[in-house]
Amino acid sequence: MDLFLDRVVIGLEQGAIYGSVALALVLIYRSTGFVNFAQGEMALFSTFLTWQFWEWGVPIAAAIAASMGVSFLAGAVIERVLIRPVGDVEHNALALVIVTVGMLLALNALVGWIWGTEGRRFPKIFGAGTVDIGSVSISYQALGTFAVLAVLLGLLYLLFQRTKLGLAVRAVASNAESSSLAGIRVGRILMFGWGLAAAVGALAGALYASELSLLDSNIFFQLLIYAFAAATLGGFDSPVGAVVGGLVVGLVTVLAGGYVGFLGEDLKLVAAFAVILVVLLVRPQGLFGRKQVSRV
Amino acid sequence: MTLDVTPVEPRGFLRDPKRLAVRVVITLAVGALLLALPHIYPRFRVEGQFNVIITYAIAALGLNLLTGYNGQISVGHGAFFGVGAYTTAILVGDHGWPHFATLAVAAALTFVLGVLVGLPALRIQGLYLALVTLALAAAFPLVVTRFSSVTGGTQGMRVSRFRAPDWTGLKDYQWKYYVLLAVAVVAFVLVRNLVKSRVGRAIIATRDNETAAQVLGVDLSRYKVLTFGISATLAGVAGALSVFNEPFVNAEKYNINLSITLLVAVVVGGAATIFGPAWGAFFVVMIPTWLPNRYPQLSPVLFGGSLIVLMILAPGGFLGLVRQASGWVRRRSGRRSSAGPSPGEGHDALASA
Repeated sequence: MDLFLDRVVIGLEQGAIYGSVALALVLIYRSTGFVNFAQGEMALFSTFLTWQFWEWGVPIAAAIAASMGVSFLAGAVIERVLIRPVGDVEHNALALVIVTVGMLLALNALVGWIWGTEGRRFPKIFGAGTVDIGSVSISYQALGTFAVLAVLLGLLYLLFQRTKLGLAVRAVASNAESSSLAGIRVGRILMFGWGLAAAVGALAGALYASELSLLDSNIFFQLLIYAFAAATLGGFDSPVGAVVGGLVVGLVTVLAGGYVGFLGEDLKLVAAFAVILVVLLVRPQGLFGRKQVSRV
Repeated sequence: MTLDVTPVEPRGFLRDPKRLAVRVVITLAVGALLLALPHIYPRFRVEGQFNVIITYAIAALGLNLLTGYNGQISVGHGAFFGVGAYTTAILVGDHGWPHFATLAVAAALTFVLGVLVGLPALRIQGLYLALVTLALAAAFPLVVTRFSSVTGGTQGMRVSRFRAPDWTGLKDYQWKYYVLLAVAVVAFVLVRNLVKSRVGRAIIATRDNETAAQVLGVDLSRYKVLTFGISATLAGVAGALSVFNEPFVNAEKYNINLSITLLVAVVVGGAATIFGPAWGAFFVVMIPTWLPNRYPQLSPVLFGGSLIVLMILAPGGFLGLVRQASGWVRRRSGRRSSAGPSPGEGHDALASA
């Protein structure tokens, strides 16, 4: 039983991280209808940036904030310079996939070139202690991750529902052409969306590396697959869905890895794959997503 | 692009003796060059580059059928390639089968697998399919590692070499090259005929407008699943052939990078063109060898960067560029001879549309 509860806690903690990367995917998907295949490697680059600041002696919280700021700007520039010239997803899906896959390859190699390919020690953001509740011990790290995710979700809610900027973002997501006729500068909003996603990715990457105590250029690709599973489950256009989906995917993969002997630790990713496949077959819009209606 | 509404004529070169002659000469020259290559170049080039290009070209040919002509984006064809490779490796290595016999098994197995993946793909479209296939590609090496008692896992397994029969008088690497080339030629001819046939038009119509295709009586699910099956088969055969060339398999060889490489080959060569995959395979194998190797770690950065630039400047890939250039030259020469637009132009525009 204790082992089970421990696994539940670990599953939820990992799920919170998957959920935060999924949140980054959703932020871009909502405004452009596009799935960013480079999201994982963008987070990788941001996290190495965080590590570098920390290595230079900046406190870890400030290092994360600085990295989020840089990532925001970089994300906005990427949208303007690399993504927008390729065209929209309806007509150029394949080209966009190739561009983001190119970014995936290039960013991963760039990290290897700048920081080397050996793993780096990453600090525990919230310290190394644990809180004991009954027989279950929950690490500060897990509690901190939950708290950060809750705050992040709250801030995004306020942004989207209570500010003029958020309203503009939602308007562009619902109909870019009408928004531009209404005087919204659609290009700026898209840049903002990519910047926001990159910043959220930077935060998620720091949480991930902190949970593993390790930063390595190979680990973020799997994170991307888990985040895909989370976003698919929650519905690609729903931030709440992304977080809930992340928690469920974290739980399912950890429990499946622990209890389904056939899968084991190695094949946890297969469980995530199964989640993606089943959701898309049974309920393509996900748990919280809006159903796509195509008009002919 | 302005759409010329000149009447579409049947392919003119058969009636036009000059164009027919040019085509015959070009085909013979290319054929002679391809046949001569393994006698001109040393073993390491033939085995390490040309044969790899041929296997990638066959796999990209299959992926192009699915992604280019049918519009279903797959980032997971490396997995089918891997299944083909492991089929040959296990049958030859553990069960002593002759190499050629394993091709049939690899083809059949990957066809069935392709259909199985194609069935859920009926309900999954566009980017979601890319996502599912990406996850498939990511999972494949893990599955191989999990069943390492059969597959050899990350350690890999060695297979007996594919030797040239004595009557050929060829060296092993030359024989491999000719076998691979022969399979590739057959595959390209078959796919070309398929695309030009009624089935091919149905496949393309499905990509361009599903509803319209359905209204015209195209059975969408049948053609999509069929395309997926054929596409996977070609990737599987290519994987099997790769073991003919290099008698060694391990889990890492068939990872996500292979899937990405194949998709890149399709797009760089020119999606939805017959010979695009061959050019694409040539580029993805050769470009890394041309990049300056002073900073080897930097070459993937340049590779990824050049992909992005290519998609922005020339989304039609290499053959798209060639087509643009030849159209431009033809227009220029047409203007000079003041003969008005040549009848060929209109049908090119329509054929590429």
